[in-house]
Amino acid sequence: MSNLTEIRWHGRGGQGAKTAALLLADVAFQTGKYVQGFPEYGPERMGAPITAYNRISDTVIRAHSNIYDPQYVVVVDESLLEAVDVTSGLKKDGAILVNTQRSKEEIIPHLKGYEGKVYIIDAHKVSMATMGKYFPNTPMLAAIVKVAGIMEKDRFLKEMEASFKHKFAGKPEVIEGNMKALEMAFEEVQ
Amino acid sequence: MAKRDRLSGNEAVAIALRQINPDVFPAFPITPSTEIPQYFASFVANGQVDTEFIPVESEHSSMSAAIGASSAGARSLTATSSCGLAYMWEELYIAASNRLPLALALVNRALSGPININCDHSDSMGARDAGWIQMYAENNQEAYDNMVQAYRISEHKDVRLPIMICQDGFITSHAVENIELLEDEEVKNFVGEYAPENYLLNPECPMAVGPYSITDYYMEAKRNQAEGMKHAVQVVKDVAKEFAALSGREYGLFEEYRLDDAETAVVMIGSVAGTTKDAIDKLRDQGEKVGLLKIRLYRPFPAEEIAKALSHVKAVAIMDRAEGYSNQGGPLGADVMAALYRARSQALAVNYVYGLGGRDVRVEDMEGVFATLKQIAADGDAGEMYRYLGVRE
Repeated sequence: MSNLTEIRWHGRGGQGAKTAALLLADVAFQTGKYVQGFPEYGPERMGAPITAYNRISDTVIRAHSNIYDPQYVVVVDESLLEAVDVTSGLKKDGAILVNTQRSKEEIIPHLKGYEGKVYIIDAHKVSMATMGKYFPNTPMLAAIVKVAGIMEKDRFLKEMEASFKHKFAGKPEVIEGNMKALEMAFEEVQ
Repeated sequence: MAKRDRLSGNEAVAIALRQINPDVFPAFPITPSTEIPQYFASFVANGQVDTEFIPVESEHSSMSAAIGASSAGARSLTATSSCGLAYMWEELYIAASNRLPLALALVNRALSGPININCDHSDSMGARDAGWIQMYAENNQEAYDNMVQAYRISEHKDVRLPIMICQDGFITSHAVENIELLEDEEVKNFVGEYAPENYLLNPECPMAVGPYSITDYYMEAKRNQAEGMKHAVQVVKDVAKEFAALSGREYGLFEEYRLDDAETAVVMIGSVAGTTKDAIDKLRDQGEKVGLLKIRLYRPFPAEEIAKALSHVKAVAIMDRAEGYSNQGGPLGADVMAALYRARSQALAVNYVYGLGGRDVRVEDMEGVFATLKQIAADGDAGEMYRYLGVRE
């Protein structure tokens, strides 16, 4: 079980945290891993806090519980730092990735004394620059792939292009922007 | 030949249905089963199947239309969850008593109220006496494999009963996991063409379906129906054997996990069985002799076989993801305890109600159940036989 990576996503309904978790499962599957990607729904409405999860492993995954002691936490919406105990159970040797326009120093005091690594990315900037609209999940996906070392950048971009071609078969015009967002996010995460 | 993929449980069942290419699929959406007809509708639109897809205005109508189609001689099915199944109640009995081999892809969800969209088994457990064959899955792979086997069981001439293929709402229906799919041709050949012996649209042999039955005949009709259910046990085994030859994946009436030499065991249905296997491996590493019996076929209920598989166990916990309001526990608890009594078992048995409305069950929770069973075995006393797991009191 030591090869198991567990990731917990915190987002708000409508931001695509669930979709990002499913896409992460998708790309990790392409590397030959066993994967799980699943959402936990609260009230089904825009803006409500939602949680999504990933398990990635070299061996068959059987557990069907939520994830309480993740190695990585992804915070898609900064306002959740106050609303939800995002660092709950987060492993010290893991990391938290926060979507914010603030600096790392400004974010750390809001992490309830979390001692592990902290990464930030301005997904708003990336999204607006590449897609002209605010879709935080695409940049967050690329950022966690880099932070968690899921796969190399070139391979990731190649797999995602194939995935987007399938997902956006009906609106191919959005693929370019999404690809640019992934590429830029890979560089922007710090 | 097998294709490795990663799919949600709903997508997996929809793909099985595309490969089966049924004749008629009436549907009305309800969370968390909605994606099944949604994916299937895209297969219809893309011309990948030639199924007659009928969007209806309610679940009462979707099951009615499936019954009408099946009576006419078509291979039909629908999908639903929770209150949708409840709204089909009348039709469930009609499908079974008319001996119509149609399928229902059920995605288990709690019944209202309070309103809740998450998993428990109260919907299908409430329908356990309706005369349908019921099969359950631990994960997306089993949901897919059960769907592929469904019509072979329900259409078998010794059975001729409708079949409910159940999976856990959200936990497996919306979780993307690894899966192995069969080739389209393999599924097509395995399922075969449907050639009903008697059907409404046969001008050579006019017949009535579902007419009034006077008291003088009604009981014989019901007795015949029970006979079909009795035969289903062997047919499920036979079909599983053929399926294993095709897929390499073996199924029985239930799965035994490290049960051979177990001193304590858990009996359960559905996705938490996977979590329980992790708990068992952990406890086995510590020298604890613990095991699992996971129900696949719940109706008909393989009571003798279950009692035999548990015959060496000192203490057993039967896990119900539904409350029965009998003040005695849940439906699975009642069935398993009756099976143990008939087999004159000496096992100490307790019945837990757990996971209602999606309440999460962790590996640690199941370790706790096994710790309780160990204590029960040591004391030689089951204590309170009707318990709750993971509830705030």
